[in-house]
Parts: sequence; structure tokens; C-alpha cells
Amino acid sequence: MNALMKNTPNARSGRFFKDHLFVIVCLLAAGVCIAVLGVMLASIIVQGMEHLDTQLLQNPPSRKPEKAGIYPAMIGTVYICLVCAVTAIPLGVGTAILLEEFKPRQRTLARLHGVVQLNITNLAGVPSVVYGILGMTAFVELFQVLGSPSDPIWTIGTTDNWYYIQLPFGRGVLAGGLTLMLVVLPIIIISSQEALRAVPNSLRQGALALGSTRWQMVWGTTLPAAIPGIMTGTILAMSRAIGEAAPILIIAGVVYITFTPEHLMDDFTAMPLQIYDWASRPQESFHHVAASGILVLMAILLTFNAVAVIIRQKFQR
Amino acid sequence: MTTITAQSPPALPQGKPKSKALRRVRESCIMAGLIGCGVFSIATTATIIVILAVEAFRFFRLDEVSFWEFISGTKWSPLLGAEKHFGIWPLISGTLLVTLVAMSVALPLGLITAIWLSEYAKPKVRAVIKPVLEVLAGIPTVVFGFFALTVITPGLRWIHEGFGVYNAASAGLAVAVMCLPIVTSLSEDALRAVPRSLREGAFGLGATRFEVAVRVVTPAALSGIVAAFLLAIARAVGETMIVALAAGASPSLTMDPRSEVQPMTGYMVQIFLGDASNFGPEYYSSYAVAATLFLMTLLLTLIGHRVRVRYRQVYE
Repeated sequence: MNALMKNTPNARSGRFFKDHLFVIVCLLAAGVCIAVLGVMLASIIVQGMEHLDTQLLQNPPSRKPEKAGIYPAMIGTVYICLVCAVTAIPLGVGTAILLEEFKPRQRTLARLHGVVQLNITNLAGVPSVVYGILGMTAFVELFQVLGSPSDPIWTIGTTDNWYYIQLPFGRGVLAGGLTLMLVVLPIIIISSQEALRAVPNSLRQGALALGSTRWQMVWGTTLPAAIPGIMTGTILAMSRAIGEAAPILIIAGVVYITFTPEHLMDDFTAMPLQIYDWASRPQESFHHVAASGILVLMAILLTFNAVAVIIRQKFQR
Repeated sequence: MTTITAQSPPALPQGKPKSKALRRVRESCIMAGLIGCGVFSIATTATIIVILAVEAFRFFRLDEVSFWEFISGTKWSPLLGAEKHFGIWPLISGTLLVTLVAMSVALPLGLITAIWLSEYAKPKVRAVIKPVLEVLAGIPTVVFGFFALTVITPGLRWIHEGFGVYNAASAGLAVAVMCLPIVTSLSEDALRAVPRSLREGAFGLGATRFEVAVRVVTPAALSGIVAAFLLAIARAVGETMIVALAAGASPSLTMDPRSEVQPMTGYMVQIFLGDASNFGPEYYSSYAVAATLFLMTLLLTLIGHRVRVRYRQVYE
């Protein structure tokens, strides 16, 4: 701070000039950010309005851009996200409870606790395409040596049941959903941990003082208090799952599918995949269909985000 | 105590009294389940490492491939030609070029916007922009890829004819747009965490707002800012859909942003999109590339963790 003291009044006006200049630079930077995002949204809306109609929502993909629709992809996205939610939420919240509410005091266990924590930070940073390769190897190809998807070695139910399961899985809904689960799991764990951490300790002490066990304390006191935060984080994680394309691309590939999946092993396509497929075609008219698909996808994501914000504001204390 | 009981549902089990033994069994079952959840996350990492290592090892055992060529070769041509070359550097240079372009735009812009948000903007403006940033951070990357392909690339080609239909600059700029909300939001969090007293002290000594922001607050928040930067770099390195759409598919060892490149992630997508049932060397090479990518992001995450733990200033 000594340098500041020595300044003469003249230099001082220079310092204030710098201050004003910096404000302009800041506003410019912020303006550039907003402008770029504005251009992006505007260009997508302009390109996408043309095909944004009920036909897009009801039709299967088609070779003709004017007839192309996103319906099978939407249903596919719903299915894989259901699989993802059903598996990821209990696992994620469970891990968060273990890490936050059952912190061990013993030294070796505490070190193990730190390892698990660092591991989750690391998992959150793994690129999603690597999860795609993991899912491809672990879920799709695992039992490939013993049988093939068309000639499974073990089955539950028949292809008429929605819960039909076979080994190997093949490139089906279950493999896609489980891969998505791997992608969003660290996000759910981290946000649930933050929600649990925000619960005041006095609540825990009160529950323990009344004679409840640790689990009763978690189930009866901590978890209810943290539920809004956990829900917000989970919804944001699920919106990530809806938009995630790379791992699904590895698992399912770009396939021409005109039907909706009927059971857990059925082939599927998802909205981001369909958009990628349209965007990567050379014809401009398909780019417009892609833009319409993006608008549908963004509308769904915005709804999810709005629900998350509403939950947060309603329960913010 | 009264407020606590009013706020929270009763913690004790009501109704039928349970025997102590039963409760203990139940508790240990639940505990086992929770530990199972924790083990699952470790198992995921272990499985990633084992799978990548085993398959990459299988790749290096193939006749056409040598480990030395992989880590030192400057030619990557797994699909074309009679002679296949597996030298990773063209793919790494593609990734680095896209990341470099993206970061040279996203980091300064994001940091300046964050400083403005935290130190200059009115609370009302911030209250609007913060949630908007969160929403923007949730936009699927395929959208940015589409933006790169349909707006940025034609724009660049309009400015300068040297840009190809697919080029690194377009993909890099789209990655920059994708990273901007993350950099801004996380840097702003770090700046906001600097206690008021530091700012007030500097103002008391006669500093201008610029001096407070740049010489006091930013250095105090540096560990958080660096962690945010590293996270953004890791995101850019692992970004897949944008580069698959806009960067192209011809790996070349170049630092010219106008030319077509193929980053590591783009190569993986190409292999798995193509004839993935063909279990040739190019199929296994994607595991070796994935292992390289995994190591890079792992390194970035670990450095970020180290920076955060070691250089964090704790203010009480």
C-alpha cells in the first residue's frame, strides 16, 4: 500500500482515470459475453422456427427434412433418463450421507474417507466421452464373450415385457441409462453433500441428545432439512443427463430408429443424438431441423431449471 | 430447543417400541448399504483405470503398433493407407490448439466479467445474472457445436478466406462460449468469498475501486480463481460434441487455428460411430487415446485440488 501513499495529486487523477477505464473494459467484456450468447440464441431461434410444429414432435426422423420429427428420440431420452434417475439418485444421496453424516474419527478410516472424497472430485472431472467408453466396455461388451445380444446367455422375461433383461445387454436403453448414471453420479453426490453441509449442526445435536441413533438422526432430522437442496441439485444433474450427448453417442451410435423403445434392451436414440445427426449432415435444410430440435430440448431444460429455482426459493430459509 | 423441535419432525421412532437388537441389525444393514454406495464410486474409478489399462495394453501388443511410436510419433493415420501410423502427437496438438484458442478467450473475458459482477455490479444486476449464468452452464454442448458449425465457421470464413469448412478456431471459440459461464460463475464465487474487511481496509487507505479489485481482492481469491481456470481447461480438453461437429476429422500436427484438426475426443467419437464391431487396431487405439485423455484430466483435477487445499486463505 506504500506505493499508493506516495502518489501526488496528478498521478491520482491518473489512478481514477484507470478506474474509469477499467469500468469500461468490464462493461465491454460483459457486453461481449451477453452479445455472443444473444447471437447464439437468436440464430437458433431464427433457424428453428421454420420446423417448430406438431409434426416435429410427433413424427419419426425422416429422409425428408420437412417431415422429420423427434418423437422416438424424445421417448428414448425419457427412458434413459428414467433409468439414470432410478439408479443415480439413491446411490448419489447414499454416498453423500456416508461422506457427510458418518465421518469416521479413527485415523485410517478418516484417511479412507479423504480418498473417497478426492475420488469423487476426480470422477466429476473425467470427460463424459471416457464414461461412454467405460459404459461400452463394462455394460455393452462385458458378456460378449459368452453370447451376443441376438443370442443371449441369460434372460428375464420376454421381449414383450418392459423389464426384459438379457446378458449381454447390447446397445440398449439399460446400457445407455447406466452410462448416464455414471456421468451424473458425481454431480448428485457433490450437490447433495453441499445440501447436507448446510444443515445446522444444532439440529443434529438436538436429535442425538434426544437419544436417537445416528441413522435416526439422518432419516428424521438431517435428510428432511436437506431435501430441497438435494432436489435442486438432482434436477440440475438430470438436466445435464438430458443434454449429454457424447457418452450416448458411444453407446448407441447414430442409428436410424423410427420406433420407440419397448423394453430395457431395445435400441434407442436420444434427443442430443438426433440433433447431432441432423447438424452433422451437409444439407442446410437439416440444420434447420436440428435448430428446431435444439429449441425443443432447451424448452425442456429451461422447465427443469425453472422448477429447480422455484424449489430453491420456496424452501430458502 | 423449542425452535428445533418446532422445525424438525420428531427424530425418535413413534408407536411400537423396537427391541435394541432389532434396531442394531437395522442400523448395520443401512450402514452396509451406505458403505456400498461409497465403494461404488471407488469401484467406478478402479474400473475406468483397469479397462483403459487392459485395452491399451492389448493395443500396444498388436503387431502394427509400438509403444514408442505411440508416444513419440507425429503421424496418426489409423484408417487410411496401407501403412497405419499411430503417433499420438497430432491428436494431442489438436486438443491443445482447440483448448488454447478457447482459453485465451474464455479466461480473460470470464475473469473480467467476474470482477465486474463481484466488485462493480449493483446487487440487483447480480441477482439476475447469477441464475442466468447457471442456466447457461447447463446448455447441452451439442448446441454449442451447432452454433460453431452454422454461425462461427461461416463468420470466420467471411472475415478471412483461409479458414477451412472445419477449423480449430471455430471449435475453440465455441468451447470458449461454453466455458464462459463456468469461469465467470466460479471466479465470482471465489471473489465474493473474500471478506469485506479487506476491501474496506484498502478503501480506507485511499485506493480506487480498480486498485481494490485488482490488487487486493483478486490476489486474495487467487487460489479459487486458479481452481476455476483449471476446471475450465479440463472441460475444454474433454469437450467432445463441439469438436466432433466443428473441428474436423483429419489429425494433423499444426498450430494454425485456421486448419482442420482432430482432437482426441473427436477421434474416439469417429471410431465408435464408424464400424465399431470391427475389432481392429484402430478400435483398440481409441482406448489408448482415452487413457491419455484420462491421464490429462486426472492431472488437471489433482493440481486443482492441490491448489485449492494448499493456497486457500482462510478468513475468520
